[in-house]
Amino acid sequence: MEQKITSPQEANLNRGYRDALVQLLYQLADDDFILAYRGAEWLGLAPHIEEDVAFSSINQNTMGHAAMYYSLLEELGEGDADLLAHSRKAEARRNAVLLEFVNGTGTYLEEPRFDWAFTVIRHYFYDLYKKMKLEALKQSSYEPLAQAAVNINMEQYYHVMHWRVWFEQLCRGKGEARERMAAAIGRAWDELDGLLSYGPCGKEIAEHGLVQEEVLFRKRWEAEMGKVFESVDMPFPGPCGMKSGNGRAGEHTEDLSIALETLGEVYYSDPQAAW
Amino acid sequence: MKAVNIMGKQIVDLAMERLQEVKDPEIPSVSVLELGMIQSVSVTERTLCVQALPTFVGCPALDFIKKNIQEALEGLSGIDEVKVEFAQHPPWTSDRISEEGREKLKEFGIAPPPVFHEGEGMWAVECPYCGSDYTTVENLFGPTACRSILYCKACKNPFEAMRPVSDLM
Repeated sequence: MEQKITSPQEANLNRGYRDALVQLLYQLADDDFILAYRGAEWLGLAPHIEEDVAFSSINQNTMGHAAMYYSLLEELGEGDADLLAHSRKAEARRNAVLLEFVNGTGTYLEEPRFDWAFTVIRHYFYDLYKKMKLEALKQSSYEPLAQAAVNINMEQYYHVMHWRVWFEQLCRGKGEARERMAAAIGRAWDELDGLLSYGPCGKEIAEHGLVQEEVLFRKRWEAEMGKVFESVDMPFPGPCGMKSGNGRAGEHTEDLSIALETLGEVYYSDPQAAW
Repeated sequence: MKAVNIMGKQIVDLAMERLQEVKDPEIPSVSVLELGMIQSVSVTERTLCVQALPTFVGCPALDFIKKNIQEALEGLSGIDEVKVEFAQHPPWTSDRISEEGREKLKEFGIAPPPVFHEGEGMWAVECPYCGSDYTTVENLFGPTACRSILYCKACKNPFEAMRPVSDLM
């Protein structure tokens, strides 16, 4: 039986443990943060009104999950949670590159030609991954994280359920729907390796019992994804890639810096303002 | 020692009465107590400690609820300080809602959360107006994070239901 660490004070006593924990928390927080933002850009643009209600609810939950992880970082002495969310530069972010890509051409305000197929694929595949990750995090040696995982997982259940409906209906459709879904799967597959990556501290993260070993997690993920493709009668695409860089190592695209600028526009106009 | 404990118990009882008056900001007919959000109330020395559970992780109303609890309990005799904190453990699950809470949700037009059965992923919801279970889910997600939008095919009314939330999920 592995020893449990029950408080931030206790975690801070062991330098190696703390470093690995902090890296993992940044990955979890930054992933949820940027995808919740991308999702929120769909507000008012989703295919129908019911989707608009559901999608914004999911984004609000996801942003709440990011806030929870940032507050765990705050407890460990990393700084104010709001600042961790808003004022870290792109190179300090540890989110997977797949999650930072724009939704399509145009912007929220001008000619938003967003890609719904890519959105469904990205959210469904991310949420499936996240559900599996949360299951593993429930066993984490860091108790505050294990407890947060239990709570987040209960909400994640409904997110997966929501995206599964879109995924299955569009993939089982004929003609354009299925073709566009296949193309979106291809795009996601080029980058999914960067989502699965535990980053440069992967070995330490697993050694400290913070989450299941990366190799084992990937095996579980592959088995689960195999069933997903089977359910819509599509071939499993084989090994996935990391074409645009490893976000876990701070490699990012311009899409992320632009998103962070947009997000922080009001904040940076007067950082001293009291809200 | 015994005298102190008895006094402590009286204070806790009074605190519970007052907590019954603290309502959910989004469902004003139901109290935080009936929703199962209060995990513990205890007295140490002259400090009253309340441990509350958020109903979902990113709840934006937490500060507001905390303030309401704080204000409701301040000024209780025998107490100098009130401490309210939100805990992540145990997880809040929808089976924590009391029988009274479930009835009051119905009065507000919200069907109480059905029991979640592991593995089936199925749940039946009764219409809060006519009681029929001939209902369909229009949208899993509704106006707040814990509610879904349903439609009663028997009395032809749209209604909301609280989703089951379980750590078996």
